[in-house]
Amino acid sequence: MRAGIRRGLPFGAAVFAIAVSYGVLARPVMGTVAPIVMSVIVFSGAAQFGSLAIISAGGTTGAAIAAGVLLNARYLAMGLALAPSLRGRALSRAAFGMTVVDSSWAAASSEGGRFDPWFMVGMTVPQYPGWVLGTVVGVLAGKALGNPNALGLDALFPAFFVALLFEEVRGRRRVAAAGGGAGIALAMTPLVPAGLPILAAAIAAAAASRMRS
Amino acid sequence: MSAIWVTIIALAVATTALKLAGPLLLGGRDLPAAAIGVIELLASALLAALVVVETFGKGRSLTLDARALGVAFAAVVLARRAPMIVAVIGAAVVTALARALG
Repeated sequence: MRAGIRRGLPFGAAVFAIAVSYGVLARPVMGTVAPIVMSVIVFSGAAQFGSLAIISAGGTTGAAIAAGVLLNARYLAMGLALAPSLRGRALSRAAFGMTVVDSSWAAASSEGGRFDPWFMVGMTVPQYPGWVLGTVVGVLAGKALGNPNALGLDALFPAFFVALLFEEVRGRRRVAAAGGGAGIALAMTPLVPAGLPILAAAIAAAAASRMRS
Repeated sequence: MSAIWVTIIALAVATTALKLAGPLLLGGRDLPAAAIGVIELLASALLAALVVVETFGKGRSLTLDARALGVAFAAVVLARRAPMIVAVIGAAVVTALARALG
């Protein structure tokens, strides 16, 4: 778990900065308390930014909820992948399952389809307070900070995922899975609601698993 | 209850359900070898998809903007074995500079 925490510290800092930008953008639309509560109980950048975009554009409640659910649909696949590595009672499996976030889940994935659950927990530990505190700062200091995208904060997440990808992708099959996943996601983005292209990238993992290593 | 609070509570419940379905329904069970082969490659596929969607996505369309320069910078310095934090902060700085100049 300690190794996970150490690994998670820079992610906690980045997640903090991204949450500040969420707080800044959410405050005029959702008020002061709601964005903070949402960060505490939803804890998901994708669902929070996605639903905020729809609420800001005057979309319906149903549309905001549907977008958030689709954006997080990948958690279903990630949870199924993680499940065989979780032993123990239902309550303990649920507790581990709650700590799944993209970066921690991906970094905890190892050879033979196994996951290191404690590494994942450790990596999420700095990210949760980072997300909540960042939202508080963004909501409270929003007016002073101006437009968060002027600081390039929206490039933080993809840059972090590139860094994880560099560590994860070793060998032909993983290169094929990554290339195929990127291609599927790009091709499907204009065709289906946001969130589904990422889930559909799993097809590339299935196809690449049939290659010889 | 206002629409915003309904959205928050619904997404909290849905996100929890999506995260817990796997661990609760098939936790600890061994999967067939074919499924394990797919799971092993899932992180590569999903990470790559997240990279392209967060770099080029704008709602349901694709766009080429300052983010692409920032992420390209990160990829180049990572390929040259720079530490992750340099790549990530550099990505934000390059993106911010490109916006300021562009």
